[in-house]
Amino acid sequence: MSPVWRIVTRRLGNAVPVLAIVAVGSYCLLELAPGDAVDAYLSGSGGDAGLVAQLRHAWGLDRSFAARLASYLLSLLTLDFGWSVAFTRPVRVVVLDRLGNTLLLMSAAIAFSFSVGTLLGVVAGARPRSWRDRILSLLSLALYAAPGFWLGLMLIVAFAVKLSWFPLGGVATIGEPRAGLAHVLDVAWHLALPAAALGLVYLALYLRLMRAGMVEAWRSDFVRTARAKGLSRQRIVWRHVARNALLPVVTMLGLQAAAMLGGSVVIESVFAIPGLGRLAYEAVTQRDVPLLLGIILAGTVMVIVVNLLVDLAYARLDPRVITG
Amino acid sequence: MNQKTLSRRALLGTAIGTAGAAALPRFAHAQGTPRKGGTLVVAADTEPRNLNPAIAASNGVFYVASKVIEPLAEMSYDGGGLAPRLATEWSGSADGRSATFKLRPGVTWHDGKPFSSADVAFSAMEVWKKAQNLGRVLFKDLEAVDTPDGGTAVFRFSKPTPFQLIRNALPAVTAVVPKHVYEGSDVNTNPANTKLIGTGPFRFVEHKPGEFYRLAKSPTYWDRDKPYLDGIIYRVLPDAGAIAAALEADQIQLAAFSAIPLSELPRMEKLKGVQVLNKGYEGITYQLTVEINHRRKELADVRVRRAITHAIDKDFVVKTIFRGYATASSGPIPKFDKQFHTDEAAQPAFDVAKANALLDEAGYTRQGGGMRFKLRLLPAPWFEQTRQMGDYLRQALRVVGIDAELVNNDSAGHTKAIYTDQAFDLAIGSPVYRNDPSISTTILYQGGLPSGVPFSNQYGYNDAAVNATILKASETLDAASRAQLYRDFQRQVAESQPLIHVAEFTFISVIRDKLHNVANNPRWATSNWADAWLSA
Repeated sequence: MSPVWRIVTRRLGNAVPVLAIVAVGSYCLLELAPGDAVDAYLSGSGGDAGLVAQLRHAWGLDRSFAARLASYLLSLLTLDFGWSVAFTRPVRVVVLDRLGNTLLLMSAAIAFSFSVGTLLGVVAGARPRSWRDRILSLLSLALYAAPGFWLGLMLIVAFAVKLSWFPLGGVATIGEPRAGLAHVLDVAWHLALPAAALGLVYLALYLRLMRAGMVEAWRSDFVRTARAKGLSRQRIVWRHVARNALLPVVTMLGLQAAAMLGGSVVIESVFAIPGLGRLAYEAVTQRDVPLLLGIILAGTVMVIVVNLLVDLAYARLDPRVITG
Repeated sequence: MNQKTLSRRALLGTAIGTAGAAALPRFAHAQGTPRKGGTLVVAADTEPRNLNPAIAASNGVFYVASKVIEPLAEMSYDGGGLAPRLATEWSGSADGRSATFKLRPGVTWHDGKPFSSADVAFSAMEVWKKAQNLGRVLFKDLEAVDTPDGGTAVFRFSKPTPFQLIRNALPAVTAVVPKHVYEGSDVNTNPANTKLIGTGPFRFVEHKPGEFYRLAKSPTYWDRDKPYLDGIIYRVLPDAGAIAAALEADQIQLAAFSAIPLSELPRMEKLKGVQVLNKGYEGITYQLTVEINHRRKELADVRVRRAITHAIDKDFVVKTIFRGYATASSGPIPKFDKQFHTDEAAQPAFDVAKANALLDEAGYTRQGGGMRFKLRLLPAPWFEQTRQMGDYLRQALRVVGIDAELVNNDSAGHTKAIYTDQAFDLAIGSPVYRNDPSISTTILYQGGLPSGVPFSNQYGYNDAAVNATILKASETLDAASRAQLYRDFQRQVAESQPLIHVAEFTFISVIRDKLHNVANNPRWATSNWADAWLSA
């Protein structure tokens, strides 16, 4: 078996118990929240005792906790994710509807923050304590301190309200279905501001991480050797310093993929993007347990896949990982 | 941030005719000739799971659904408080056993089938009476609906039922759905609950969850010239800041139901092309209340309850929490409802010295640290203002020596804590007054109700005299004597303060001034918008 293949199978084998623990653990945790889906529904409309009992029966909430958990896990084994009472549709359909938007937004934001952040980090780290480094460090600190929703609203005020360059929110122009390239451009135009808002905070993180890694690398023996060999400064920066500083940044990339799912609740709300973050929030307030579990499981799978990719990238950047 | 936007309107929002309100037409934008065409884009901050107003009679549902599905009659500033919709005439029999509705001829459903009295009979017996949050109580004695011809529906009741009550309830509880679509199916899960089919000026086109609802002009609407608009788009905008920005950029033309926070209004008022309107919601008056658990021995003492009312500065609440967009309350029936409200039920006025004296007299003297006793205080999460009232009440109570500990929950948690578990001492609530005290108001006072019923008396309050007045009023057919009984009721509860009414409030609309015929009835945001139009 090739070493890469071994990483893949080992990781996927580990994923099964992880998913099981997440499913059972989340179900139990949600049971602890006060009130159920019927309480959440009636807080919006009210109703008499008969209606309360009728709804609880129709939504299967009059059964015991153990019975509900057992039937949920059983249906999960057949890849049936259950029924969402808040959206009156199967959980699978509700989640898949939103998953695309979240993946698109996340990958755009990660691509933006990772590429620009790392590059700026190289610029800053190429000459630590130079004026370029100082300006970039100050800027990244300010960005890192800014809350995401505020950045989002400021981008809206500047680029959507005052300049009208970008739309205020949503994922596509309403009521004018487009096809092909026109649709892709329309979506890209809509996602530019939210992806920037979501990406800016992380950009600062990548910049600082990359810079710190490079400052560290400059002090190593192999850099001194490279200098002694008479290599050009540019070659030292890219081949020796930056490459070694990249490892922690790639680790961060994996962590960020998980964190962004939560961080996007705020950005999705500000920019009115129907994604998984907002869906999770709605599932919690509506006490829609199967829906929330569906989202958590989708998120878990996403994190597992991203971690696998990160491990493979590691193996490529640092061959010691495979043997180690 | 999102808690308040999600539940701002979610709560019990329904209301019914201002039959007694000042009968003067008050049109906000009646000037100019209506222009046909254009699509109105408005902000929506919630997406109800069941969009059928015949089942879920609440403001969140009506906001969208009232354009598609019509009731028998709508509220009006003139014409005795009601304007005809699917019914053109209504009358009740002297014995209270029947009510007759003459229906509008020449009405068709959006799927092309003709509308008839059979649809009204089916809606009443199978939907309102069996499945609707309000109708299950209101129509519990409805025995049958006779249809002598296609244009007449006669409601027959097993017990005498005041026609005044039925009449007041028409706008909110009588949304008519098509029999041919619902018959033989489970009403609660019929696909038409989310893909509406009605007789209204707009037909339902699509709902993209998390994005928008789209309605288009119905070519077959019975009021031939209308609607003026080609369509309405409800953009789902969960963030209040984004709603304000969208209005400023003219990407939406209306933010209803106070979707823009009160603190933003001074800024919005100064914007060119933007107007802030404080009307069109009189029929949807909410009441800020302090709910009291009478099972607590201290709170079972009327002196302690009166002391708490004495400790609350209602004018301060109106001025600071509501920034003036509210009125101090004088009891369970709002002042605007001249049918039932009385000024003679004196409430304990703001008076800290008196509050202290009453608490001393009740035997709860100040202990070490200056406090008399401790309470749990649960502010409802429905509105920003219910939460703020919790903060204010905690401070006001400290002044008179009551130590209140705040306990915050989300909607589901709060509903369970108060109405099922009764695990509270004081709570802040915001019931809506539905223009007749017997619909959602007396239920807050009536003793002996089962637990687990939201927005009902779960307070352990059970007073024989009050119960008797409520029962008598529910059986009294004569409108004047019935109104008199509700005035007696107000005097009784003003004395014993089982529940404290602090303020009465309605909502604010912020609009672009190119939108016309706004706020021209007392529940405008939840009416059909057939006459709304956009200038070029």
